[in-house]
Amino acid sequence: MLPRVARVRRRRRDGPQVWTLDIETGETDTATLPGQFNMLTAFGIGEVPISLSGLGESSAASQRLLHTVRAVGPVSAALARLGPGDALGLRGPFGVGWPMAAAAGRDVVIVAGGLGLAPLRPALHHLLADRGRYGNVTLLYGTRSPDDILFRRELEAWRRRLDIDIEVTVDHARSGWHGHVGVVTTLVAHASFDPQNAIALVCGPEVMMRFTINALRDAGLTDDTIYLSVERNMKCAVGLCGHCQYGPTLVCRDGPVMRYDRVRGLLALKEI
Amino acid sequence: MALSRQSVLTVDGLDALIGKLRERGYRVIGPSVRDHAIVYDDIGDVADLPRGWTDEQDAGQYRLRRRDDDALFGYVVGPQSWKKYLHPPHVALWRARRTGKDVRIEPAPEPTERLALLGVRSCELHAIAIQDRVLLSGAHVDPGYRARREAAFIVAVNCGVTGGTCFCVSMRTGPKVDAGADIALTEIVTAGERVFVLETGSDKGAALLADLPHRWASAAEIAEAKAVVARAAAAMGRDLAADDVPELLLRNLEHPRWDDVAQRCLTCGNCTMVCPTCFCTTVEDTSSLDGTETARTQRWDSCFTMDFSYIHGGSVRTSSRSRYRQWMTHKLATWHQQFGTSGCVGCGRCITWCPVGIDITEEVRAIRAGSRAEGDRHGD
Amino acid sequence: MAIEGLERIVRAHPFFAGLDDSFCKLICGCAKNVRFDAGQYLFREGDAADAFFLLRHGRVALEVSAPGRGSVTFQTVREGEIVGVSWLIPPYRWTYDAKALDLVRAIAMDATCLRQKCEADHHLGYDMMKRFVPVLVERLHTTRLQLLDVYGTPA
Repeated sequence: MLPRVARVRRRRRDGPQVWTLDIETGETDTATLPGQFNMLTAFGIGEVPISLSGLGESSAASQRLLHTVRAVGPVSAALARLGPGDALGLRGPFGVGWPMAAAAGRDVVIVAGGLGLAPLRPALHHLLADRGRYGNVTLLYGTRSPDDILFRRELEAWRRRLDIDIEVTVDHARSGWHGHVGVVTTLVAHASFDPQNAIALVCGPEVMMRFTINALRDAGLTDDTIYLSVERNMKCAVGLCGHCQYGPTLVCRDGPVMRYDRVRGLLALKEI
Repeated sequence: MALSRQSVLTVDGLDALIGKLRERGYRVIGPSVRDHAIVYDDIGDVADLPRGWTDEQDAGQYRLRRRDDDALFGYVVGPQSWKKYLHPPHVALWRARRTGKDVRIEPAPEPTERLALLGVRSCELHAIAIQDRVLLSGAHVDPGYRARREAAFIVAVNCGVTGGTCFCVSMRTGPKVDAGADIALTEIVTAGERVFVLETGSDKGAALLADLPHRWASAAEIAEAKAVVARAAAAMGRDLAADDVPELLLRNLEHPRWDDVAQRCLTCGNCTMVCPTCFCTTVEDTSSLDGTETARTQRWDSCFTMDFSYIHGGSVRTSSRSRYRQWMTHKLATWHQQFGTSGCVGCGRCITWCPVGIDITEEVRAIRAGSRAEGDRHGD
Repeated sequence: MAIEGLERIVRAHPFFAGLDDSFCKLICGCAKNVRFDAGQYLFREGDAADAFFLLRHGRVALEVSAPGRGSVTFQTVREGEIVGVSWLIPPYRWTYDAKALDLVRAIAMDATCLRQKCEADHHLGYDMMKRFVPVLVERLHTTRLQLLDVYGTPA
């Protein structure tokens, strides 16, 4: 329950109102899993859950973790204003991450929408660091406009690799944009994977995930091979405060990554 | 409750019990009349107890009435539950001090106060056991709750009267105390004298009894104590046939009754405040004017507020329909999946203290009446 | 190009998967090969919708221009997909611009020719409808998702 004092080492702009903080945690041995999150406190303002978006250059003295924040509320805006050397509170990591073990030996289809790319980024790093363990790796990324594309330089670098397929689409664009325009769900039909031996990792706004799952099922994936990261209001992150209830689950304890066949009915319900 | 041989305490003996608890360093909390209600407050001696008072309860109604005798525990339950003391409405978590770029976080001290809870009903013991499961049995525990809970001494009292909104029999949580108390009392009148038949449920309880003036209970007194509880059980005001309720609610998440109850529900959150198992909390951060000192406080929250389900961009549950559904399905259904127990003990407080008299047992009956077929279920 | 070559291309195009041989012959009578360089327009808003295009290679941007905002692309279409549904229904007029993003090779189907054949043979007409309606529904659905602006920063 008690945060430790962590420090921002670097801060990088990754999109309109989006900042990636490279945070020195002051710890050396905390294992993190792709898809997990930390609770970050802007002192005097409040605390919010932020997914890990990568690992920084850890040293013998301290681990470094990346968190990508969009300044939308008072806390996230205060976090996004933190600069090198500034202190913040950190608790975590918490939650169930992406099923990296289950992905071994299979084609991996990653579908990200908007800021949903951030929690999937550590999963991509994990896949690419041990590329031989997996089949085809595909990243389908949809966002609002070309200006909103996160981690653009990294996406471009990945695109130059021959062992990962990357498709980026935006909802609308001015004429300078040469890439795809259209919703991310339309990319699924063009992706190359063997639905009999594939696993899908999906993260984005709930509406986008709902329709992406439909597209993945239309492409032949079974419900038990689709994983999504559920968003609910996480306050305590340790299953004690009741805020992140999602039907029978507590998202902080049983998620945020959940297998689709286990939450199928919930996803179809309004205001659950 | 592992039964000890039963003893008898007189009213003076009960007074001695309160005194001995105080001598041992306990802050004794028990029932007392305040603001026209029976509340749980500090108790110095038996004179502080609600002697000769009872409560009349129905949906949206609570009235204190004089009894025609001197019963000390002749009422049911008031608006408060023991969570006010074990899981308090406000808890300081930590303070942080900033000096330049340096920040130091100091945890709030763990509670050291030892509480003796006097007059805990069977439904309330079950409620405490449920909060234990939620706050103590998972991978993470609430350290403050654990400290308060482990230090607590519990004197339970079997119910001799039943309220109009009680339904503990159908929830199998009362009215007879079956576990979780250090001492359990049953108030009876024998040979014209008001006495308490006493059982101990722990070594702590037995040790305290050894310090009190008491005698062994006679067969007649034991029989009368049993009869008192049996009469209360037979007079239950309400009923919630519980076994199939989780399934029933989960396959009726789109039942028109949710719209109906939403027309009445004010989303005031009273039911969550008076509920002895509702455990939800939020945190508030405050800061000194110069920003050098900040503090985080945990406080009770309610799933009836809009903020409760806030994620960036707005709340998930904006309609009162969805918020009432969340509360009731959590209490009676999804609580099982989350914590392996029901979240309802049948104390009836949510019915009594609802300003518009919404009755959870009636809502379940209405949903049952227009239920979807079995096996056809959401959320699976 | 010989008609046989066109038939092979049309039959191999995903949009016409499983097309009946006799229908294939009929519609290929309305087909011709076309190419557009990058930046060239297949058609412009307001023009008569006198064709539709089976894309064989390259991508096409569908755009609407608005004063002060320039041209806004709302969809891109790639090989294996089609451009143009306005030829199906009166007043047969394009409601957006279609611009080649790269070198585009396509089969253009003459709309007047095809409409006459559909009128004459309703079995062919029904077959065409069954192929075009899903494209229309899909575009309606994706437009709805775009309208929701799900990635937008909430106000």
